[in-house]
Amino acid sequence: MRDVSFGQYYPSFSAVHKLNPAIKILLSIAYIVAVFLVQPFYFLGFLACFTYIVLVTAVAKLPFFRVIKSIRAILFFVVLSAVIQVFVNKTGSPLWEGGFIYTGGLISAAYIVLRISMIVLGASLLTLTTSPVELADGIEFLLYPLKLIKFPVHEFALIMSIALRFIPTLLDETDRIIKAQKARGADFESKNLFKRAKAMIPVLIPLLISSFRRADELADAMDSRCYSGSKNRTKYKKLTFGWGDLIAALFTAGLIVGVVFLNGVYGVTV
Amino acid sequence: MRIEVKDLRFSYGGTKKRKTEKYALDGVSLTIEEGEFFGIIGQTGSGKSTFVQHLNGLIPLKEGMGEIKVGNYDLSDKRVNLKELRSKVGMVFQYPEYQLFAETVEEDVAFGVKNFFPEKSAEEIKDVVKTAIELVGLDYPALKDKSPFELSGGQKRRVAIAGVIASRPEVLVLDEPAAGLDPQGKKDFLELLERLHKDFVRTVVIVSHDMDLVAEYCDGAAVFKDGKIIKRGTTEEVFADRECIFKSGLDLPVVEYLKEKLAEKGEKIACGTKISEFLDAVTQRWGGKT
Ligand SMILES: Nc1ncnc2c1ncn2[C@@H]1O[C@H](COP(=O)(O)OP(=O)(O)O)[C@@H](O)[C@H]1O
Ligand SMILES: [Mg+2]
Repeated sequence: MRDVSFGQYYPSFSAVHKLNPAIKILLSIAYIVAVFLVQPFYFLGFLACFTYIVLVTAVAKLPFFRVIKSIRAILFFVVLSAVIQVFVNKTGSPLWEGGFIYTGGLISAAYIVLRISMIVLGASLLTLTTSPVELADGIEFLLYPLKLIKFPVHEFALIMSIALRFIPTLLDETDRIIKAQKARGADFESKNLFKRAKAMIPVLIPLLISSFRRADELADAMDSRCYSGSKNRTKYKKLTFGWGDLIAALFTAGLIVGVVFLNGVYGVTV
Repeated sequence: MRIEVKDLRFSYGGTKKRKTEKYALDGVSLTIEEGEFFGIIGQTGSGKSTFVQHLNGLIPLKEGMGEIKVGNYDLSDKRVNLKELRSKVGMVFQYPEYQLFAETVEEDVAFGVKNFFPEKSAEEIKDVVKTAIELVGLDYPALKDKSPFELSGGQKRRVAIAGVIASRPEVLVLDEPAAGLDPQGKKDFLELLERLHKDFVRTVVIVSHDMDLVAEYCDGAAVFKDGKIIKRGTTEEVFADRECIFKSGLDLPVVEYLKEKLAEKGEKIACGTKISEFLDAVTQRWGGKT
């Protein structure tokens, strides 16, 4: 169960880890924009994006395989889109006389695969270098303008960070309950789908009950520490902006300029 | 059923071969004879739970990671009938009441029996369930149609245990079963365990942090430390090895301290680790005078 590493934060003391999470989220969005800016079949733009990823990974002191591994999670999706492109896209010339695979299909498949992979790599850099709590802080900061229309930003962020905090706990709990019911002969591997769904009941009910119990306990703990929502609440970790944030922003802006520039340099045509 | 484990290794890290790989179990060999009341002690994180979960195949044995034989079941054999094995090796987890789910107590206790013996008729199942509920000292007619969630903590735990013993296991494994009970609840619970061992399940394996419990009820014990067994013997032998007990962050049962104090005063009492034996020995020595 613990293999389902959600958020997959990789702690380390790097300049990237120390960036303001709000800035990091914005820059990740900017990066994704850069990926989308790469014009069809101008592959040099992807090379620029990849260089960006490699450099950030190096500065963040992440093991490169951890970053690459994130693609595995969506591998099926990537392969599927590539296959569809190869078989459906009939532009360009057939690869061989009377063949059903066209050069256009291959090139656009490569384009789509690169596009999705680059986006996933960027997103995983964000989650690898930012703890869930920091992410929630960053989102709270970015959503701040919504306060004007009375959107409960603080509460929303709190709900988010509590949810994130309890994912591993609930996974552990699920694991335990599944084991306990297996020990009583429950069968979770049945081929029969209906049976399998029914087998989940003895897991889901205890899980639900224990979630309510935890929620109660957490509410009591917060009450006993006089938690009263966002009003007059100060922050333990104030979000600050430093030189690092400026440099990161300039660097990312450089990527966007670079991609736009490369869009005019060399493209593959079909 | 005899439990025989040889050189068992296990790592939660999966199969990845990394140099830093930490084994939760690092070469554990242990034999528990049929009929024993066996204690497993050791610090938190020493691998006790990981070990006992191997005994009914909840954690599958990987190839080349040792051998486990429970009675005639060879767990390294891929074709071993896990369901049958689990009906023979009952397992009670820490806070077993968290596994309750059914609408009524009767249904919850019947869950295991129905899973293991689908061929049993409704009448037979009812019988078995009634026996199990009465065996754990609950009032069957009064409780059978109640929701398990309305019961008190102690009662819930009994229902959960009834649900495990209803399928008549030959080995009962309990992982820190007395955690979170009040003193009276604990005493009742231990009496229940002793009764179960006497005339219901042949072999009992109990994981516990409570040295007095182990000293009082167990015949044999093993001390876990960092995924290894560093001591295995009768309860007396284990507690006689002071160095091992303290090295692994454990403590002595009260009886051992009493004996030690008396020894300091020059009074050597030779007896086991059970309170009753100690009292007998003391009475014999001083003839009931204080
Ligand atoms: N589900 C799990 N995933 C990863 N590691 C685990 C898991 N359960 C236990 N461990 C680790 O395995 C080791 C042994 O744990 P455990 O068998 O639970 O010990 P004990 O029951 O003696 O407290 C510990 O280092 C623990 O952190
Ligand atoms: Mg444990």
